[in-house]
Amino acid sequence: MSVAVGPRITSPNKLGMWLFLVSDALTFTTLILCYAFVRISSPAWPHPFEFAPGILFATLMTFVLLTSSLTMAAGVGAMREGRRNGAAAWIAATIACGALFIALHLTEWRHLIAMGVTPSANPWGVPLFGAVFFGLTGLHMAHVASGIVYLAILGAGARSGRFSAGDVEVGGLYWHFVDLVWMFLFPLLYLTAVKP
Amino acid sequence: MLGRIFSTDHKVIGKQYYFLGLASVLIGLALSVFMRLHLIYPDQKVKLFEWLWPVGAAGGIMTPELYLSIMTMHGTLMVFFVLTTVPQGGFGNYFLPIQIGASDMAFPRLNALSFWITLTALLVLLGAFFAPGGAPLGGWTAYPPLSAVGQIAGPGQGDGMDMWILSVALFSIASLLTSINFIATVIELRVPGMTLDRMPLTVWAWFTTAIISLLAFAVLLAAGLLLLLDRWGGTSFFLPAGLVVSDRALNHSGGSPLLWQHLFWFFGHPEVYIAILPGMGLVSTILSVNARRPVFGYKAMVGAMLTIAFLGFAVWGHHMFISGMSPYSAIAFSVLTLTVGVPSAIKTFNWLGTLWGGRLRLNVAMLFALGFVSVFVAGGITGVFLGQPAMDLYLHDTYFVVGHFHLIMGVAAVFAMFAGTYYWFPKMFGRMMNETLGKIHFYITFLGVYGIFVPMHVAGLAGNPRRYPDFKEFEFLSDLTWIHTFISHSSFTVAAAQLLFLFNLFWSLWRGARASVNPWEATTLEWSVPSPPPHDNFGGAAVTVVRGAYEFSVPGRESDFAMQAGEGTP
Repeated sequence: MSVAVGPRITSPNKLGMWLFLVSDALTFTTLILCYAFVRISSPAWPHPFEFAPGILFATLMTFVLLTSSLTMAAGVGAMREGRRNGAAAWIAATIACGALFIALHLTEWRHLIAMGVTPSANPWGVPLFGAVFFGLTGLHMAHVASGIVYLAILGAGARSGRFSAGDVEVGGLYWHFVDLVWMFLFPLLYLTAVKP
Repeated sequence: MLGRIFSTDHKVIGKQYYFLGLASVLIGLALSVFMRLHLIYPDQKVKLFEWLWPVGAAGGIMTPELYLSIMTMHGTLMVFFVLTTVPQGGFGNYFLPIQIGASDMAFPRLNALSFWITLTALLVLLGAFFAPGGAPLGGWTAYPPLSAVGQIAGPGQGDGMDMWILSVALFSIASLLTSINFIATVIELRVPGMTLDRMPLTVWAWFTTAIISLLAFAVLLAAGLLLLLDRWGGTSFFLPAGLVVSDRALNHSGGSPLLWQHLFWFFGHPEVYIAILPGMGLVSTILSVNARRPVFGYKAMVGAMLTIAFLGFAVWGHHMFISGMSPYSAIAFSVLTLTVGVPSAIKTFNWLGTLWGGRLRLNVAMLFALGFVSVFVAGGITGVFLGQPAMDLYLHDTYFVVGHFHLIMGVAAVFAMFAGTYYWFPKMFGRMMNETLGKIHFYITFLGVYGIFVPMHVAGLAGNPRRYPDFKEFEFLSDLTWIHTFISHSSFTVAAAQLLFLFNLFWSLWRGARASVNPWEATTLEWSVPSPPPHDNFGGAAVTVVRGAYEFSVPGRESDFAMQAGEGTP
């Protein structure tokens, strides 16, 4: 790493992560705007719509993912107090929640696919419904999956002393961002379509 | 050896980007010469074409599909791998850290990674020539539906198109990483004394450009993802119902090709400023150094760049006036577009203000900087025509547009790259380039590009459509044959003049006269360190900056320039 001589606003790594999140947020924004575009221009958008296994299941997924943000915050806190093993344990809990989220999400995907919902077709005859659903949740799931890999490296390094509290905090930024994206996707994809 | 190739030194990476851009521009230039040759001699059998494309040019005569694929590759190579790569990745990487007093970028390894991803993207793009069916046909804009339905839309629209999308996606990722690096470097690594109002305008330009690419490439990446989903996932984001392509009815419904146009141009218009802003910063510096005058209206220059960057995100609709958009939207986009003329005029005014009363040193870098101002104004004025929906309805998809964007985006940015090369070559390689050869190169190129692109405006006004592989079928174009003959011969001349540049470049690399530390008597930090600078730029010395970047001819001072670096800097 290069030597900084001037006054720093924040650590370069943290700034770099924030900048990455700005651009990643724009990628998601683009996809969400595309969703709005196709939803407005498709007159027969399925609404209300029965999710499989059901909206409660999706709420449970949301709960699991939100919990993972809590454990991540605890991990960052532990690391700041110098408790390396505690931090590693909290990060492991975060990974477990993330993995559970993916498992639940894939279960939902399987149910929908069994109902005949695919990216190109579905029982309600608006093919873009499936395209939007799988496109948006798929990209989000890819973010969760890469986050799990990132956290695994981070957790191991936090335990061994390779990474500092600052590094764990930067990892936390990414993880909270992925959660935050879901907090947009859940209302926009699920709650605006679900049967009251 | 491997350590030198996979270096994380920003100067090595800068040179790698520069030569990657040089290779790309030579291929892109050759492709444009092939197009101009085919346009005026459509029936001539050309052995070279047959040798290069045994299928597309069987018997030596280019098929219309091959013409379109050459056009697509010309545009893609030039826009991404030359205009975006050289000013930012090349010069920016090399000089941004030195100009703010840093020993490297904020993330050197990320920087190297960006370069290698960019190189991979270039190889994937060139690989499209060798894909079954050849390179894609859709231009650098890759409009759906024909870019989303695969092979049935044309020979290159199968694997070639996939490779194009993959290449652009890789390029976007590399550009995102680069822009994160540039922004973090400018914010974090400035040395004491390098306050925002002392930053050279080049640094401001690279910084602004990085912000634009951070936002714009993220959108292109999302659009490319959706296009890939349409091609491979069976989705219909960009495909409407009832589509029949090559006599085959397609089973898609619900999407809209206009969605792609919105997404693409939301990236595509800021991309124009990604190409031109670094040039603006560099030209401001070169004019100031060689007029021995401070930059006129420094703060206005910075403000104008930021305004252009901001407005650049609000004008994408002017590429879509004929797409059937509501006339009210068109008026809004038109007003915003014409507003871009204000900061552009501020810049031009300030360049003239910088020159006013100066004692001009007409070296080659200065000539190209003056040429930049000239083509920027010429290309900018025609932009005012095209920014009005009523005019654009007639001129859209004619050679008028081709002439316009080549002047303002292509030639202006290329002139800035030439200016940058002649100006910074001594610092980068420790040797001087030959001024006489450079001047011949400048005058032929300068007159030549006007010989190419001004007649294109005339052909466009006469209604000559773009992207036609030849004009012999069209009676109404027969009167324009002489114009195209003139354009083609101008382009051959300009292309030949570039051989002079290449010779000068490589000859000077090994045989040029040794460069001193500060041959142009410029003031910014890179001219305080040896040519070429050592590995860590300042040899570990604590660099301080004591004044602004453009203190020339200050009354009462003995020397007509004062270095930015304070005591203690090597």
